[in-house]
Amino acid sequence: MRRWFLAPTASMLAVLFFAPMLIIVAYSLLARGVYGGVTDDWTLESYRRLLDPLYGAILLRTLTLSTVATVLCLVLGFPLALFISRSGSRKNVYLQLVMIPFWTSFLVRTYAWMFLLRDTGLINSALLALGVISEPLPLLYNNGAVLVGLVYSFLPFVVLPLFATLERLDKSLLEAAADLGARPWEAVLRVVVPLCAPAFRAGAVLTFIPCLGAYLTPDLLGGGKTVMAGNLIQNQFTTARDWPFGSAVSLVLMAVVMVLLIVSMRSQREDLL
Amino acid sequence: MKRLLPLYAVAAFAFLHLPLLVLAVFSVNSSRFTVWQGFSLRWYEAALADAQLAQAAWNSLLIALAATVISTAIGTICAYGLWKGRSPVVSGSLYTTLVTPEIVMGVALLAFFQWAFRFLHVQLGMHTVVLAHVMFSVAYVVIVVMARLRTVDPALEEAALDLGGTEWDAFRLVTLPQLWPAVASAGLLAFTISFDDYVITSMVAGVDSETLPMVIYAMARRGANPVVNAISTMIVVGLGVLIVVSERLRTS
Repeated sequence: MRRWFLAPTASMLAVLFFAPMLIIVAYSLLARGVYGGVTDDWTLESYRRLLDPLYGAILLRTLTLSTVATVLCLVLGFPLALFISRSGSRKNVYLQLVMIPFWTSFLVRTYAWMFLLRDTGLINSALLALGVISEPLPLLYNNGAVLVGLVYSFLPFVVLPLFATLERLDKSLLEAAADLGARPWEAVLRVVVPLCAPAFRAGAVLTFIPCLGAYLTPDLLGGGKTVMAGNLIQNQFTTARDWPFGSAVSLVLMAVVMVLLIVSMRSQREDLL
Repeated sequence: MKRLLPLYAVAAFAFLHLPLLVLAVFSVNSSRFTVWQGFSLRWYEAALADAQLAQAAWNSLLIALAATVISTAIGTICAYGLWKGRSPVVSGSLYTTLVTPEIVMGVALLAFFQWAFRFLHVQLGMHTVVLAHVMFSVAYVVIVVMARLRTVDPALEEAALDLGGTEWDAFRLVTLPQLWPAVASAGLLAFTISFDDYVITSMVAGVDSETLPMVIYAMARRGANPVVNAISTMIVVGLGVLIVVSERLRTS
């Protein structure tokens, strides 16, 4: 009986998730067709091309930007989570204030930063009007803009696990630290932060994984100058018409994500399902 | 520290909310440029009069409704099945869909559909978009419904079975009625995710299935256009209301 309840979702995933993934595996091992698609010749050429320094640079940039964005999220998210955990009856309101923008339109939120950062955007217009600058600052279409977009998008992923841990924290530990002469900030740095280590790890994984696969953020805020792995994949399937290479990059990305996921699952058993 | 932390929180909340607020404020600015000139609804009028936007909004609505109905139905019974007994394969697969980068899902589905079309004589269109949306939203439905099931007392179902009901009766008459708020919450969440998706949709959409996010994306790429601010504000407000309702239902 139980099988019948699982069957629709299981078969849907088999057809629409696993079958497409298998096709990508097969395509990554085939030669490219002239007008997109693939031919019937098996080859490892696509994987060999991954070693090309041109693509190596893109993968390295993906890792670097994802790492920096994750660290920024952890550093910026911790004080916010601490504030929320200490705000008594308004906790849930604050938590919703963190989460609600997250659920409302990723595309619009990314566009909002274009509106702020571009040459004719709000920041440049305001600075020009105030006479602080005489020509627009190049705020958009660079690594910095992509980083801002990533941090803005994924900050809630860090705040949530940190908040959950801070909520359960034994308050007497802080009192003990205070009794022993620690100033409030010392107690936070030397008692609270170490106790939040598992939550930092969880938040780091939750942020790092979507950063690695980011497409829209580097596309709109990086403007083709800051190409990340996601943009490389999209480009191979559209403009470049090299489906086998796009498939190979997809699988490498997928492999990194799966390894991260398995490692983090081992270190903590968080059962959502 | 007592004073610094609230100050920091104000800055952090400003960082999270100001970009959208600024967008909303400038959507009612009468000037085409980013200089405040006066209140006007002209960009809303322009957005609502735009036939392409209207068609795209209609497509998005149909797709999101279809995907929501299907994913909520199969996700709810899947959560129930997982509640009755663990299935590491099914939960593991659902987790995997959650962490798979959208662009990878998009190209994989594109490759899959193109391959399948060699045997089935159909093309990319609304149906392929709906299938893709069902796939990526079902995990969210399962998680929301599962959280609710954890609060349900299994003894009630046992009582139903003892009284001669079938397992299906027990599900339909005893457990499902307790789940409705969670199912509604999951449905609203699935609708939001589907309505907003750009990355996967843009890969599997056909010529007749351009969605609202696809039109907004194209307009945003083309450069400054206050109509985008107006339509974006409407989307944020609309989806925001759905999410608040969904949260209320989930925690009720």
